[in-house]
Amino acid sequence: MGDLIRYLSANRGQVVSLFGEHLVLVGIAVGAAVAIGVPLGILATRDRRIEVGVLGVTNVLQTIPSLALFGFLIPVPLLGGIGASTAIVALTLYALLPIVRNTHAGIRGIEPALTEAARGMGMTDRQLLARVELPLAAGVIVAGIRIATVISIGIATIAAAIGAGGLGVYIFQGLAMVNDTVILAGAVPAALLALTADGILGWLARRLTPPGAPGARSATTAARPT
Amino acid sequence: MTYSEGNRERSAVEFEGVGYALPDGRWIVRGLSLAVGGRETVVLVGRSGAGKTTALKLVNRLLDPSEGRVEVGGTSTQEWDPVALRRCTGWVIQEVGLFPHLSVRRNVGLVPELLGWERERIDARVHELLNLVGLPAVEFAARRPHQLSGGERQRVGVARALAADPPLLLLDEPFGALDPITRAEIQREFRDLVHRLGKAALFVTHDLREALALGDRVGVMAAGRLVAIEPAGRFLECEHPEARALAATLNGGAGRDG
Repeated sequence: MGDLIRYLSANRGQVVSLFGEHLVLVGIAVGAAVAIGVPLGILATRDRRIEVGVLGVTNVLQTIPSLALFGFLIPVPLLGGIGASTAIVALTLYALLPIVRNTHAGIRGIEPALTEAARGMGMTDRQLLARVELPLAAGVIVAGIRIATVISIGIATIAAAIGAGGLGVYIFQGLAMVNDTVILAGAVPAALLALTADGILGWLARRLTPPGAPGARSATTAARPT
Repeated sequence: MTYSEGNRERSAVEFEGVGYALPDGRWIVRGLSLAVGGRETVVLVGRSGAGKTTALKLVNRLLDPSEGRVEVGGTSTQEWDPVALRRCTGWVIQEVGLFPHLSVRRNVGLVPELLGWERERIDARVHELLNLVGLPAVEFAARRPHQLSGGERQRVGVARALAADPPLLLLDEPFGALDPITRAEIQREFRDLVHRLGKAALFVTHDLREALALGDRVGVMAAGRLVAIEPAGRFLECEHPEARALAATLNGGAGRDG
């Protein structure tokens, strides 16, 4: 422990910049996954064929081992290559599943009588989505973003293997040098980052869950099974 | 399209040979012909699955008829824009119909908000309606539905249905989840309110006691058909077996309650 603190303070500048790289990787990837995943999740509640396709594809993506996915992406034109952009694509693909799934589950979990009441009062499809479905599903959707973020922070450490930087740099260095202190210099800040993100997003999910809404309890724990 | 005062004298809703079938061909409602007058309350009673709720949903186009036609305000519902039609028919269902993420104020003001009313006008209307249904606005407007009792929630539901002053109310077992005392209270208030405001109402329940208390006329539905319809005062003389079966529940109920 003392070794670790000494190492971190001696390399303060580099630690901060690797930490920053890590944040950027995860931030962009989760941001992109939200931008793609939430609309996809909404679409999946509107059309049976889209539902099957979207949930199927995101499920399959999740089963590819992360190191293999980074490797597969290297030869892909435009998306691939060595470096941060490839890593961001891979992280985005991983972050999609929990976000799509929770958006879908959050909206599907709304009491059908409520959406029918909304329609019966004369809401258009768009008003139904904006005024009823998204607010009621918000807690569950944020719970999905929370899982996606925590997963991404972990997987982003592997991105160092394809030259994307981030705290994984220390982990791979430490492994090569058989030096536990260096491994921990990458792993401990990454773990602290994951815990912090988990805490903040968990709090947000609870706040956004209206009392008595579907998922009022499950949003505070984790993804809802579908 | 809106109602004019003149329209109120004719039927608020008219079913003409209306049928509704599921995609598998099973008929849920068949051969329904019924007119609800401009200031009349018609209550449909019957067992679960008799087609009562379906009949209601055919009025505001949550469902479209498979045959026959439904007219609202003298115009076939097929010619109405569904959204416009729904905004001028008040819709009350069991307590789940209140939006848990919105305050009482916003729940009640929802249809006026959708209609684009000014903020002050909505606030004034919400205030007026909450007081009308016996919930002082100062005390209740800012609360959320989960902070209300069942009876209070149901009063908010009625206030919400009245918000944009629709000439027609559709009510689907609105008081079903209430305890007997609250229920009797709110039934009385509801009847007075509807008569005072001159609304037409189509009301669905499985409780004959409620039907007789609220309806000007009471109709019995069985297996998708309207098998009898009588003025409330003469209902107990009705000879139809399903009406007799319902009437028999009254005696049992009376014995149990009193």
